[in-house]
Amino acid sequence: MAARPMTPQELLLPVKPGFIMLTLVIALLANLLPWSGWGAWLAPDFVALLVLYWCIEEPRKIGFLAAWGLGLLMDIADGSLFGQHALAYSILAYAGMALHRRVQRFSLAPQILHVIPLLLFTDLVVLLVRALAGADFPGYAYFIGSLTGAALWPVLYYLLKLPQRPRPDPDRV
Amino acid sequence: MEHTPPPLFRTGLTPLARLMVFSMLSVVLLIADARFNYLTPLRQAVGVILYPLQRIAAAPAALGSRIADFFVSHASLREDKERLSVQNLELATAAQRTAALQEENKRLRGLLDMRERIAAPSLAAEILYAARDPFSRKIMIDRGQLGGIEAGRPVADHVGIIGQVTRVYPWLSEVTLITDKSQLVPVLNVRTGLRAVMSGTGDEGRLELRFIPLTADFQPGDQLVTSGIDGTYPPGLPVAEVTDVQRDTAFLFASIACKPLASPSAGTQVLVLGRQPGLPERPVEQPATAPAKKKKGRS
Repeated sequence: MAARPMTPQELLLPVKPGFIMLTLVIALLANLLPWSGWGAWLAPDFVALLVLYWCIEEPRKIGFLAAWGLGLLMDIADGSLFGQHALAYSILAYAGMALHRRVQRFSLAPQILHVIPLLLFTDLVVLLVRALAGADFPGYAYFIGSLTGAALWPVLYYLLKLPQRPRPDPDRV
Repeated sequence: MEHTPPPLFRTGLTPLARLMVFSMLSVVLLIADARFNYLTPLRQAVGVILYPLQRIAAAPAALGSRIADFFVSHASLREDKERLSVQNLELATAAQRTAALQEENKRLRGLLDMRERIAAPSLAAEILYAARDPFSRKIMIDRGQLGGIEAGRPVADHVGIIGQVTRVYPWLSEVTLITDKSQLVPVLNVRTGLRAVMSGTGDEGRLELRFIPLTADFQPGDQLVTSGIDGTYPPGLPVAEVTDVQRDTAFLFASIACKPLASPSAGTQVLVLGRQPGLPERPVEQPATAPAKKKKGRS
């Protein structure tokens, strides 16, 4: 393949584990907000989104245990089957870790194209588990959340990198 | 493609192996929960961890409504006051009449030697949020085991029945709404006295009456109240209104759509009602005969 100019890479400071935890807790809070009406359909699964983000950006600092534990918390919060989110987030974490070298190379737009199928696949896992447990298909609106989640990816990408940007050194020109 | 560490360092299992371990764990949990209902203590423990987050997440909405309350205009307050005093007058006369009727009812019941229907104690609670699960319709309320709530108690708001407590955590409980697919409510048509079983559709504003013969007398606008034969919901509480009746002779049963009267949303007050006391013993199940299913159709 012809050599294409690569997107310039920023040099960033290492992420603090505390920051990762903080963002995950905020995502959990966002999921627990009383969404209603259209908001309930449009709202993405923030926890899934954040788990995927950190698995792609910092696969060594977030593990399956975190993804799985967050899944259990979401199951309790939703009153759904115990373990369905845990399973879905574990798979999502694996996909993020497996693809992280590839996705990191891309600029934002192609990254979103990677994120959409991964989030949809997570939805599909949950759908499959619930179908096996006897639930009916809730309608295609069920997948909208993943699309809005993918649409939020650039925002995440910008916001979560902020604390990693080195401060300009006043002593240097 | 995968992250494979150099063999010099011991980093534990490969990601794929870890995925397998955690997937297996999840599947075990799923089966234990869906098939055997083994996990109540574990659920409660995780629920305790989650509780502070649930309270924090519900706080902005509560704060918002409190701020909105503060900035109510003088005119709207006056309007409210006038409306309420008129309503109060109406209700006072109604209450007086009810008191007289109750007295009379008690006497008559005593004559008939029937067991007295005691108003079961009820507890007030507030809706924290609606669960995001698109496969079911559930809400969380801010009172749990420690607040005296048990699973199975019916929940109502000021308009009518909204659902039933299905799971109890120490400080919260989960209420499955009557619009959930798995919920059945025995109802009574106020106009005709016909009994039926109302079931949820999983859709927010829609309930159905199933297995109603084509000739049964149901019309749009009919009010449906609980009939109380299930021993869960106390009799006489409003549930829904019939909105649409389709009688298609190609089918065995009429298709009757109803609209729930109560519309629970976050921040509203609900009442967790007590279970009905003094129900007769359940009949002993007969082993060989037809399975004793839930009562359906009309009585």
